[in-house]
Amino acid sequence: MSKQLLKYIITKNCLKSRIHNMKYMSTVNNEKLIKVTFNKANGDKITAEGKKGDSLLDVIINNNLDFDGYGACEGTLTCSTCHVILDPKDYNALPEKPSDEELDMLDLAYNLTDTSRLGCQIILEEKLDGLEVKVPATVNDARYN
Amino acid sequence: MQWSYLSHAIRKYSKHVNGFHVGIVGAGPAGFYCAQQLLKKIPGCQIDIYERLPVPFGLVRYGVAPDHPEVKNVINTFTKTASNENVRFIGNVSLGCDISLAQLKHSYNAVVLAYGADEDKKLSIPGENLSNVVSATKFIGWYNGLPADKNIKVDLDVEHAVIVGQGNVALDVARILLTPVDELKVGTKTDITEYSLETLTQSKVKKITLIGRRGPLQVAFTIKEFREMLKLPGVSTHFFKEQINDIDKIISDLPRPQKRLVQLMYDASQKTEVRDKLFDLLFLRTPISILGTRKIEGIELAVNHLEGEKAVVTDEKYTLKCEIAFRSIGYRSIQADPDVPFDKISSTVPQSIGVYSVGWLSSGPVGVILSTMSNAFQAASLIGQHFDKGLLNERKPGYNYISKVLEDKGIITVDWNGWMRINKVEVERGIKHGKPREKIVDIDEMLKIGGILDYT
Repeated sequence: MSKQLLKYIITKNCLKSRIHNMKYMSTVNNEKLIKVTFNKANGDKITAEGKKGDSLLDVIINNNLDFDGYGACEGTLTCSTCHVILDPKDYNALPEKPSDEELDMLDLAYNLTDTSRLGCQIILEEKLDGLEVKVPATVNDARYN
Repeated sequence: MQWSYLSHAIRKYSKHVNGFHVGIVGAGPAGFYCAQQLLKKIPGCQIDIYERLPVPFGLVRYGVAPDHPEVKNVINTFTKTASNENVRFIGNVSLGCDISLAQLKHSYNAVVLAYGADEDKKLSIPGENLSNVVSATKFIGWYNGLPADKNIKVDLDVEHAVIVGQGNVALDVARILLTPVDELKVGTKTDITEYSLETLTQSKVKKITLIGRRGPLQVAFTIKEFREMLKLPGVSTHFFKEQINDIDKIISDLPRPQKRLVQLMYDASQKTEVRDKLFDLLFLRTPISILGTRKIEGIELAVNHLEGEKAVVTDEKYTLKCEIAFRSIGYRSIQADPDVPFDKISSTVPQSIGVYSVGWLSSGPVGVILSTMSNAFQAASLIGQHFDKGLLNERKPGYNYISKVLEDKGIITVDWNGWMRINKVEVERGIKHGKPREKIVDIDEMLKIGGILDYT
């Protein structure tokens, strides 16, 4: 085995473990949880926590929150069941603007507003800690619930 | 009276089994969403879901386009519902044929009709029976492996296709015909049947004209589906300038969803690049006859004008040559059993105490999965209210009775485990073709794999 190859293996392994460490450290840092409050159409207020990088849909699923029919297509931008409504201030502060494809699905949502988003497309980051969103009823009927 | 009140109270608060029996007819999205909600509204109820086919999921399996696999993710939720110990799936049982509504009413506190709208509306014009005049519904059933449609005849060795209708079904047909077949084959997760892929590989279709009776403001398709057409490689979307040129003046006054769709159509109409294949949108035309001797050679169109939202036929007519035509002007529900309280004018079933309808049979055949979910949830709420008021209190035998009927008739049924076996075989066969599954299209074969003759 040539020296060069040996060196290569050593550094590669070193690098690997270093990356591993960095990853580990970054998960430690990410463990700071971000709070989100969901205001449901029936008046319920539910606060849950998620990690940086989670979508609002992830938060609902990971916390086993019971939202009827929420996230039917599982975050693949083919339905609008994860519709949420934000305060204009929060809406404008989101780092990513909605894509055409997201707006296309929102166009089919009930109770559409100018500050509507799909929960699967809102990705948590630290500055969103304390975010409150409205979850309109999944059904087109105010009498429901 | 007091005893009935007490028994109702016991039922209402017993968690596991409360003797409340619900029979759902149809294992499509409406049936499953209704079941899901009923489990919450009436904890402990026993739900039996009957399906005419041996396999579940209705239009999610047989209607949703194979190149839209994400839409089929709802199957995961349905599977979770079906796995609930209080839910039973009974496949290969047809209402109006194997069992009657009277028998269901005898067995269940609530009967929920969820059998959809699977009859396609006819144009009812001369020449409709010529060869290569195809129902879009059946074409979709064909490429999706619906047993009843697996043998329909479509000759795609033609260049110009006409699709009558401007809804999402029409766009599905157009997209499947215009998508480069390699994209349906590789790199995606489509579960399109192998036999249709072979036929599509031979297709020579280069031009599709999508015909609507009314104008660009009245199209029924949704923006996502239209945007997909604009993104098809090698296909240019074309409008007739005079039909759309003035539309930009009113766009800003439209409500948002329509505004974005019409803007997208207008922007597309202003592009001039010409690619290999052509997707044409033609408005304000009513087909009045289909021409040809044995096979379709053209379609005679009347020119319409709009009076308000209504299309009015004028005397002007002309012939558009084409070699295949698909009709895609909507669906209709049928009265599956003479006792079904069927409204013949709207082709729907209204709600009544004890017999309910959900999905397209309830709302008419329009809307996306969200509307079906919404409709099914509302019906489940209504059943919950009737239950709470004690309107559905009679003691019912549930599946004990129906299973005897099926046994006497010698009907092979498929339970959820049977479907799991069919599913497993399909997934295994799919691996060979690099697909999520290769559907079994033969009912006898499905029954051989998943059928049970044991009714206990």
